[in-house]
Amino acid sequence: MTGAGPITTSPNGPERGVRGRMRRWRDQLIALGWLVLVWNLLWGEFSWGNLLGGLLVAIAVLLFFPLPPVTFGGRLRLRGLLAFGVRFVVELIRASAHVARIAVQPGYIPRSAIIAARLRIPTDLNLALTAEALSLVPGTLIVEVDRDAGMLYVHVLDVHRPSDLDAAREQVRVLERRIIAAVGSTAEVRRMRSGPVDKESP
Amino acid sequence: MTPAAGLPPPPTAADRLGAVTPGAVADWLGAVTPGAVADWLGAVSLVAGALLSLAAAIGVLRFPDALTRMHAATKPQVLGVLLLLLGVALRLRSPADLGMIALVGVLQLATAPVAAQMIGRAAYRSGRLDRKLLDADELAEH
Repeated sequence: MTGAGPITTSPNGPERGVRGRMRRWRDQLIALGWLVLVWNLLWGEFSWGNLLGGLLVAIAVLLFFPLPPVTFGGRLRLRGLLAFGVRFVVELIRASAHVARIAVQPGYIPRSAIIAARLRIPTDLNLALTAEALSLVPGTLIVEVDRDAGMLYVHVLDVHRPSDLDAAREQVRVLERRIIAAVGSTAEVRRMRSGPVDKESP
Repeated sequence: MTPAAGLPPPPTAADRLGAVTPGAVADWLGAVTPGAVADWLGAVSLVAGALLSLAAAIGVLRFPDALTRMHAATKPQVLGVLLLLLGVALRLRSPADLGMIALVGVLQLATAPVAAQMIGRAAYRSGRLDRKLLDADELAEH
């Protein structure tokens, strides 16, 4: 298998200067907001007490367990998000039905394979999102992640013929494209469109 | 012994059919409230979720090695839990419970793949997989 395309960006270099610091602050504030929301949902009601308690807990969490600087450089696209969500649900149902069927099929022992899939946009965020979604949707599971190379090693369940491996590779690419279309930055979407034609899959 | 004169005769099939008057149909339709529909959908979701969880458990038991077992522990299991949550949400229908249920669902979606990956990686690195059942291994060539 050959690599899908050249990697030209430096993945997630930490930003310096005022803009970088602003970004960090924005990320921290968003994380704070989510934590306060989770705290209120856990208590089951929104009240001033819960808001205050949530703020204290969230600040403590962010101080003592600081997040690695994975900043969100893209923007949310409603259409892309909707398309991703609908496909995600459909494929989750299909994958679940498939695994459930071969689980209860008497005397059936599934064969499997481990394939390597290179992501076209090897940022940390895209790597994490694609890996998460891949574990849930098609008949795949992440075994190993090579962060520097932007490589995912994927375990494919229920392989019958070599073309199944190509189909699985294609699924990874399609999923990545859908994620980028939902949350990627404009530059990433453009790179995805103008990316080199895939040599591995017909 | 003669039947008591005061008792009505036992209902016949014709009587029962005759009972389906327009009024009865309207009553029946009136009973199909959004709440009743939600209850039924909730019941269906609960049963479907339970069946999927059962299939996941059977898969974990029957699949040949750790990696294939993690497939059963992610896909049908996660969908099973989500369906159970949906069923509970359709039955409870109160905002406080819905918030908690949404939280459980999101955390389940976020954590199940991570757990599966950690276990899968550990299983691969310690060689706990059946290579006879593996058609290709591009990680070994790495």
